[in-house]
Amino acid sequence: MAPGSPPGPAIAAMKLNERSLAFYATCDAPVDNAGFLYKKGGRHAAYHRRWFVLRGNMLFYFEDAASREPVGVIILEGCTVELVEAAEEFAFAVRFAGTRARTYVLAAESQAAMEGWVKALSRASFDYLRLVVRELEQQLAAVRGGGGMALPQPQSLPSAPAPVPALPLPLPLPRRPSALPPKENGCAVWSTEATFRPGPEPPPPPPRRRASAPHGPLDVAPFARLHECYGQEIRALRGQWLSSRVQP
Amino acid sequence: MRYNEKELQALSRQPAEMAAELGMRGPKKGSVLKRRLVKLVVNFLFYFRTDEAEPVGALLLERCRVIREEPGAFSISFIEDPERKYHFECSSEEQCQEWMEALRRASYEFMRRSLVFYRNEIRKVTGKDPLEQFGISEEARFQLSGLQA
Repeated sequence: MAPGSPPGPAIAAMKLNERSLAFYATCDAPVDNAGFLYKKGGRHAAYHRRWFVLRGNMLFYFEDAASREPVGVIILEGCTVELVEAAEEFAFAVRFAGTRARTYVLAAESQAAMEGWVKALSRASFDYLRLVVRELEQQLAAVRGGGGMALPQPQSLPSAPAPVPALPLPLPLPRRPSALPPKENGCAVWSTEATFRPGPEPPPPPPRRRASAPHGPLDVAPFARLHECYGQEIRALRGQWLSSRVQP
Repeated sequence: MRYNEKELQALSRQPAEMAAELGMRGPKKGSVLKRRLVKLVVNFLFYFRTDEAEPVGALLLERCRVIREEPGAFSISFIEDPERKYHFECSSEEQCQEWMEALRRASYEFMRRSLVFYRNEIRKVTGKDPLEQFGISEEARFQLSGLQA
């Protein structure tokens, strides 16, 4: 800013590469879920019917299915997905932690659609995906006789994520975030045995109650996040079970 | 496009995969190089003025290309507009390499391909689908078919 110019706004809005976001929203790759949902405008506002597209950890919404540009996007990191009591049938909420955080109340047009959305959204975070990938990475190392990185490496990695018919990617994940203690073992909760259990799975143990919000202090161990992931699933499944019990 | 800015700001405060002070220049013609604290969290690259707690901005890293520019420098651009580049200058060649590798793997889409790869490899070795124990083997987002062009 030039000296002597009037002061700007106290806090400018954060910049975001919205054009790229819009292209990501409308690109040709398969989506993770799509359909009409009713979205509540605000606490005392009406519902608007919007075309929703879930891709990765981004939930885009459009005026309608033919629109070229989204009206908006809900970034799905750090949220929980719950069934809610609402005037609308098949309602559920995407809830974020924090004092002034927004809760998005959405309503599907059928029980099946609602269940599909709740399941898809509760597993949509990058965090969740990363935890699963780390787990599989370790499992693969274990079944290959431990040690590690016997994975073949291709000659070159694609630098652009172009659509790939073959599976590119052999490299193990980068090291964990530096804020976490170095000794933690991300699969401590999940893989107590090397063998796979045959037959129908017993339900996972219920997560311990967590006093802190989903994104707690920086030194929270990853297993707490695993619990949170399970917690989301449990809540969603329990909700489904409860609502299915109500039916005659 | 509307987005949940508060949650994005909260995300910028989470533990980062990588964080460093780098030189950064925006894509607009005539942009000058500025010192920024650059922080990689999930599939977002946040950038802060070095003395501020709230980010100036964020880049969603889906469908991006990370390219070496001059030594010690790289750029990020997006598939739909490869000429529009965000430039970054590092303090060493090593740091540059580290960032380029991390950014190329920082997208949700890359992580998804990793999952499908490991799932497939484990299935080949053990004959079993490792996702079954998590109850997610039928999830649309983890299917191999989703990757084919």
